[in-house]
Amino acid sequence: MSTVDLLPTRPSPRTGLWLAGTALFVVGWVLVYSQLAPFAAWAVSLLPLEPGSHAYEAAAFFLYDAPKVLLLLTLVVFAMGIVRSFFSAERTRALLAGRREGAGNVAAATLGIVTPFCSCSAVPLFIGFVSAGVPLGVTFSFLIAAPMVNEVAVGLLFALVGWKIALAYLGFGLGVAILAGWVIGRLHLEHWLQDWVRNVRAGTAELPANELTAVDRIKAGIDAVRDIVGKVWKWIIVGIAAGALIHGYVPAGLLAEIMGREAWWSVPAAVVLGVPMYSNAAGIIPVVEALIGKGAALGTVLAFMMSVIALSLPEMIILRKVLTVKLVAVFVAVVATGILAVGFLFNAAFG
Amino acid sequence: MKEVKVLGPGCKRCETTAEMVRTEADRLGIDVTVEKITDYAEIAGYGVASTPGIVVDGKLVHAGGLPKPDDLARWLSA
Repeated sequence: MSTVDLLPTRPSPRTGLWLAGTALFVVGWVLVYSQLAPFAAWAVSLLPLEPGSHAYEAAAFFLYDAPKVLLLLTLVVFAMGIVRSFFSAERTRALLAGRREGAGNVAAATLGIVTPFCSCSAVPLFIGFVSAGVPLGVTFSFLIAAPMVNEVAVGLLFALVGWKIALAYLGFGLGVAILAGWVIGRLHLEHWLQDWVRNVRAGTAELPANELTAVDRIKAGIDAVRDIVGKVWKWIIVGIAAGALIHGYVPAGLLAEIMGREAWWSVPAAVVLGVPMYSNAAGIIPVVEALIGKGAALGTVLAFMMSVIALSLPEMIILRKVLTVKLVAVFVAVVATGILAVGFLFNAAFG
Repeated sequence: MKEVKVLGPGCKRCETTAEMVRTEADRLGIDVTVEKITDYAEIAGYGVASTPGIVVDGKLVHAGGLPKPDDLARWLSA
């Protein structure tokens, strides 16, 4: 019956063409990107605004950042689309099933970055993992890392705020996911899953091996761009607009006072503020950039960003279908504690 | 007669996938029934961890993301 793989994938004669096209795209991208600053300066000079005024500063920020972020996002998403074509949730599950805690948490958090994952898949993924013998804590490490430490967040931080911050975010984000998952595993809360979840016996159906060609992978990258950039560009525009307003209108001293490192309470306040806010990583980073520029402490800003992305009400409502309220509460408490720790550590270390 | 099941909680991609299956079957002139499986326990029972998944005549052929039309044609005419 397995006529599924009757047609072998043959190397397409167009492979060379696709590779050349991709190279051409990258060269074009670099050219456009290198001209952004002069373009923005020229565009803002066309506006009837007085140089140095609040509105001028805000407009300059927006006109430079909007194309820059969209260009960067396109490139990062394209590259990650290709990387992700090597992974799948099913393969990741097979890698994690039966893993011991500890090493399993580390592997799960890391795989969370590269495994393709859509938020509407969160529940099937959770059940699929747990019922196939992936420990609960390890599953949580994956579920925390997947949205929080995603390629969009790290790529944009790298480009807009600097490589040190991007690397630190990557490291601390993974740290929170690993530790929070490990703690949840140690607490042995399996009995707090919804009853029906514990009774699911997953099949371990093998998917037919799907050998992808280089062209397939390039197409996967293009699909990712169409899908993700098509979905998040609105968030980005809103985020950049918010960032532009902060940049243009908020006096520099103000944020240093309320979000500076002296104000210890600003870290928990940032976490609490972040929960009801639901934004994509791509939308929040222009805001992060502007806040840091105005003297807000790094740890506080990172805590805010992690909270917005990792602790969102919509996600909790989705998780509620498989977890009891008690387990959702533990999840929130553990992750929030981790984020708080990151905020304080950062403020102490970098200031 | 092919029996196709689309596994997914009812998100947009799952709807699109079901539509793609029907379109491709029509194009090939293959008789199909398309059933949407939205029950999480049943979805997990097929062994998928990412949706949408596609089951043709009881056999899982695809999981995660939209299928490619070429692949659909292969699965349906298999």
